[in-house]
Amino acid sequence: MRKVLVANRGEIARRIIRTCKRLGIETVAVYSEADADLPYVREADEAVLIGPSQVAQSYLQADTIIDEAKRLGVDAIHPGYGLLSENAGFARKTAEAGLVFIGPDATVIEKMGDKIEARRTMQQAGVPVVPGTENGVTSLEEAVAEAENIGYPIMLKASAGGGGIGMVRCENEQALTQQFNSVKNRAKAYFGDDLVFLEKFLPEARHIEVQIFGDDQGNVIHLFERNCSVQRRNQKVIEESPSPELPEDVRQELCEAAVRAGKAVGYQNAGTVEFIVDQSNRFYFLEMNTRLQVEHPVTEEVTGLDLVEWQLKVASGEPVPGQEEISAAGHAIEYRIYAEDPVTFFPSPGTLERLQWGEGARIDSGYEEGNAVTPYYDPMIAKVIIKGESREEILRQSREFFASAAIEGVKTNIPLFRMFLEAEAFTAGNYSTATLGKWLENMKEEQNS
Amino acid sequence: MKELKATMAGTVLNVLVAEGQAIEAGQAVCTLESMKMEIPVEAEVSGKVESVQVEIGAFVNEGDTLLTFSE
Repeated sequence: MRKVLVANRGEIARRIIRTCKRLGIETVAVYSEADADLPYVREADEAVLIGPSQVAQSYLQADTIIDEAKRLGVDAIHPGYGLLSENAGFARKTAEAGLVFIGPDATVIEKMGDKIEARRTMQQAGVPVVPGTENGVTSLEEAVAEAENIGYPIMLKASAGGGGIGMVRCENEQALTQQFNSVKNRAKAYFGDDLVFLEKFLPEARHIEVQIFGDDQGNVIHLFERNCSVQRRNQKVIEESPSPELPEDVRQELCEAAVRAGKAVGYQNAGTVEFIVDQSNRFYFLEMNTRLQVEHPVTEEVTGLDLVEWQLKVASGEPVPGQEEISAAGHAIEYRIYAEDPVTFFPSPGTLERLQWGEGARIDSGYEEGNAVTPYYDPMIAKVIIKGESREEILRQSREFFASAAIEGVKTNIPLFRMFLEAEAFTAGNYSTATLGKWLENMKEEQNS
Repeated sequence: MKELKATMAGTVLNVLVAEGQAIEAGQAVCTLESMKMEIPVEAEVSGKVESVQVEIGAFVNEGDTLLTFSE
């Protein structure tokens, strides 16, 4: 592999370019009009303008991107995360153009992108799934009947959904009745497919995922787990590895189940198997993400591996290491810094007039001081990754880091991290996906009383 | 005739009101998607929708007129 086109933007494009540079692989960046001044465009060996600012007219233009890749003589396309990364059509077209798609086979992307199909596949492979409907529900009557069987609260989800979009929690029949058409319409608008299904909502559960890696010789290994339970709007805000408060035998079973899931679909390259873990440490398959994840750095920090390097190696036909060669040491936490109001989560686009980070962290950011965070894309400004020998040590380092970090020009969620790092809800380590929301509610009540 | 303007740039996900419809202050009239977040746009005052200026799927910039209404 001599030359790679990165079909993505911002921090992940920059991250991929960094590893390619280290390995002596040439890079091509693609960018929209809004992103012309971002560092990744400058850092790539070549850069191509692919269209206006809106993703639909630029980063989602599969044919344009593949044409540019062919014109510039690249060997492979790295899709990053989001955008076209889980678009089976793009993977297929890339392969048909005689280029290597750095990710799994298009058929696997398709299978896992259909959440109903994914659940079915995992059940057949002996991986437990969240109780829910076997198939999609097409009418409200059917949904109400199924919800009675499953028991409230339930999650109403778009089968083609992802990224925290297209799912709503319903506490009772009234809520389900109110939400049913809106979720269907939203699924149609976002994902072009209005099929929805129901899953039992497990309260106070944790979201724990396992990083897997497969090669073209049928080997699948795991790189341990990440706890991603600190969420807002069903999206992750803090991720850590190893997961606190997880018994060693459960960790082992989770990792083995993830490998089983990967083998069941003939998985190649980097993937993530997401599980919901309930209060009794029973776990259930949630979904599989067929790409590199935003939170991959915490796994890199504890295993000492460069996941992008392994993606390139596997895509070039190299086998993955043996499971016994993979070990994890220490602890790592990632904080996602968003351009948003820290309490309402309302996005806050603008220019980064000041971008000052503290010491002692790995910063993966697509921006530099002076860049604009525009309303066209995800509001993430940076990922702050802090590692150490123990969790306590990291929490201390994190407090110091955020005490001296300063961003001006946009609102950020740094104040939220400053406070959350003092809260026992987080520092004790036994948090669930409900923790951040509850803690914020309590805080608002205290402020109002 | 008054105008309801977009407070931030985004894509119109849906329009919840029609021309001629009475609206109340605080009522959601349309939903915008910006930075991967759905943002409901609410009527600031009560009145009647005179014209809807946007279509689903359209991209609006901050300050663009979404609809006109009379109080």
